[in-house]
Amino acid sequence: MRHIISILLENESGALSRVAGLFSARAYNIESLSVAPTDDPSLSRMTIVTTGTDEIIEQISKQLNKLVDVVKLIDMTADVHIERELMLIKVSATDGERDEVKRLVDIFNGRVIDVTDTTYTIEITGNGEKLNAFMEALSSITIVEVVRSGLIGIGRGEKSSLS
Amino acid sequence: MELTGAEIIIQSLKAEGVEHVFGYPGGAVLHIYDAFYKQDDVQHILVRHEQGATHAADGYARATGKPGVVLVTSGPGATNAVTGIATAYMDSIPMVVITGQVPKHLIGNDAFQEVDSVGITRPVVKHNFLIGDVKDIATVFKKAFYVATTGRPGPVVIDIPKDITAAKYEFHYPSEIKMRSYHPTVKGHIGQIKRATELILSAERPMIYTGGGVILSNASEQLTSFAQKLGYPITNTLMGLGAYPANDKQFLGMLGMHGTYEANMGMHHCDVLIAIGARFDDRVTGNLEKFCPDAKIVHIDVDPASISKNVRVDIPIVGEVSQVLDDFLKVLDSGKKEPNVSALEKWWAQIEEWRSQDCLKYDRASELVKPQYVIEQLHEITKGDAFVTSDVGQHQMWAAQYYGFNKPRRWINSGGLGTMGFGLPAAIGVQLAYPDETVVCITGEASIQMCIQELSTCKQYGLPVKIICLNNGYMGMVRQWQEFFYEKRYAMSYFDALPDFVALTESYGHKGIQIANPADVRGALEEALGRKDELVFMDFLTDRTENVYPMIPAGAGLNEMILV
Repeated sequence: MRHIISILLENESGALSRVAGLFSARAYNIESLSVAPTDDPSLSRMTIVTTGTDEIIEQISKQLNKLVDVVKLIDMTADVHIERELMLIKVSATDGERDEVKRLVDIFNGRVIDVTDTTYTIEITGNGEKLNAFMEALSSITIVEVVRSGLIGIGRGEKSSLS
Repeated sequence: MELTGAEIIIQSLKAEGVEHVFGYPGGAVLHIYDAFYKQDDVQHILVRHEQGATHAADGYARATGKPGVVLVTSGPGATNAVTGIATAYMDSIPMVVITGQVPKHLIGNDAFQEVDSVGITRPVVKHNFLIGDVKDIATVFKKAFYVATTGRPGPVVIDIPKDITAAKYEFHYPSEIKMRSYHPTVKGHIGQIKRATELILSAERPMIYTGGGVILSNASEQLTSFAQKLGYPITNTLMGLGAYPANDKQFLGMLGMHGTYEANMGMHHCDVLIAIGARFDDRVTGNLEKFCPDAKIVHIDVDPASISKNVRVDIPIVGEVSQVLDDFLKVLDSGKKEPNVSALEKWWAQIEEWRSQDCLKYDRASELVKPQYVIEQLHEITKGDAFVTSDVGQHQMWAAQYYGFNKPRRWINSGGLGTMGFGLPAAIGVQLAYPDETVVCITGEASIQMCIQELSTCKQYGLPVKIICLNNGYMGMVRQWQEFFYEKRYAMSYFDALPDFVALTESYGHKGIQIANPADVRGALEEALGRKDELVFMDFLTDRTENVYPMIPAGAGLNEMILV
């Protein structure tokens, strides 16, 4: 099953490689990984999407918690949460295609952020399924390039994962 | 007063109570060596190869419980140390390894003797640091020793660029350290301990299975009280030998691939398994699907990640083994429930039947020197009280099976990583820690050659280690597997160019003897052990085709042993 693991990590050189190294050394899957500093510059937030049986996910959490640089770890999937991913996608947009692409972008609440004679670059956010659905909806249009940020998530309600 | 980074390092080591540092100089650590030269508080032990330094520090740590400290230079100094760091990591040995690094401005430039030491060691350390500023040295050392020695212990590497060892800063060693991201659990959950006690007392066929965690936690006394209060059978892993006295009748010997028949059968048929400071290693469990089919399992371990990693457990207890056992003893004393005596009687009768197989028997009438006999004689002469280090292979298994350790921290071997070349340098560390004790290195003619250069270190520091080389002219364990599983195709397991070990030892300035006749074994051991101030290399020419029995073939269950 798919899990979103959110980690607060010491913002130190080498911390990222400890996490990434753990996944490769123990043969765990990483579907996506995103990392950036938080409002506290000494902490980074890392969001990892991984898959595995309950036993494997339990081991992943325990092994990650064992890393000295890991301050806190939450399995987001265990509670109600919001997931988002950002996708930048460049598609072919020639005369005959422009209207159709623009319509789809509107339906999916995306934005066209760069235009050339032959292409549109679109910004779109949502959960992974929505982004996949958007790409499917573009079936008759040529996709030139796709860049995805990897998933991030936050818990619903008043609680903070920091507390 | 401002000190140089190098001086701060020495002062930090002093503040940690470090007496010996095992190392080898080189360009990137010359400032540190210069600082060593100017003081007498911390003794530097010069080895002959960086691998030897790490194993010596490791042996010191295993025998004393104090962290071993290593100092090596950048590049090849650091890479040579990696095997020893990994060895310590696999067996959870507290160690602090200082590696020199090229000056900061050269990092990433492919400078002379530059290697990414933090990157290379990352998967085999508990944690590592690259120091970026002279101001951080004292704090990093404090953290390094704290992390290495608390929770589940392990090696910590500190990488220090050369320019930082020359820079100056005020020395202030922190008396305490708090790390927001590191809080090892010490106390076990009392509710879980009570639940576990209920289960343990309801057992009809109980087994206590303990590992290196008991030794690391100095919990051997508590374990002995716990086992004796209950009257339950107990087995130790290879790493756990000595935690419970081998000469006690409740002790069933080692378990696992080359464990005793009674220990493995007891494991297989038990209804409650009490695992303490052990991690269900594959050499212990055999085929996981066939492991302890009828047992409810209690598992005590300081590392939550060890729990339910290989085997699902019913009652996990995370905590320092010594403290958890203290709590168990209190709960047992305060409760009214007693062990089930009639069920235990039946269980012990069954165990005695297994024990009567005498699975460690061997041909005592042989005209060849039997390796088992050498170990048994060593046990008799030293009364099971020597420090015994070993290398890896058949001799290691025979030492574990036949020596009979009655005290913890006497059996020093590389269990997890299985590092050939460990035994001699480890003996150096042990002998330095205990100059007046008998320290024996049990080895083979293959393993000893992997770090034989350390004979020179022994000479330099007058270390009277006794080396028992069980020389069968083969990499014995490899040969055994080739005999059993590769239709006797002995690929590369035979040395046809062995050195004359007696002459070799003597060229290093030590005493060497060769023994080829069983009748001479006892006398040779007595003579060698009697030479208190001298290293003696005993080259025992043993039965070349002797195998380690009993044995669980890979993939089999604990009840599927091959007996002799």
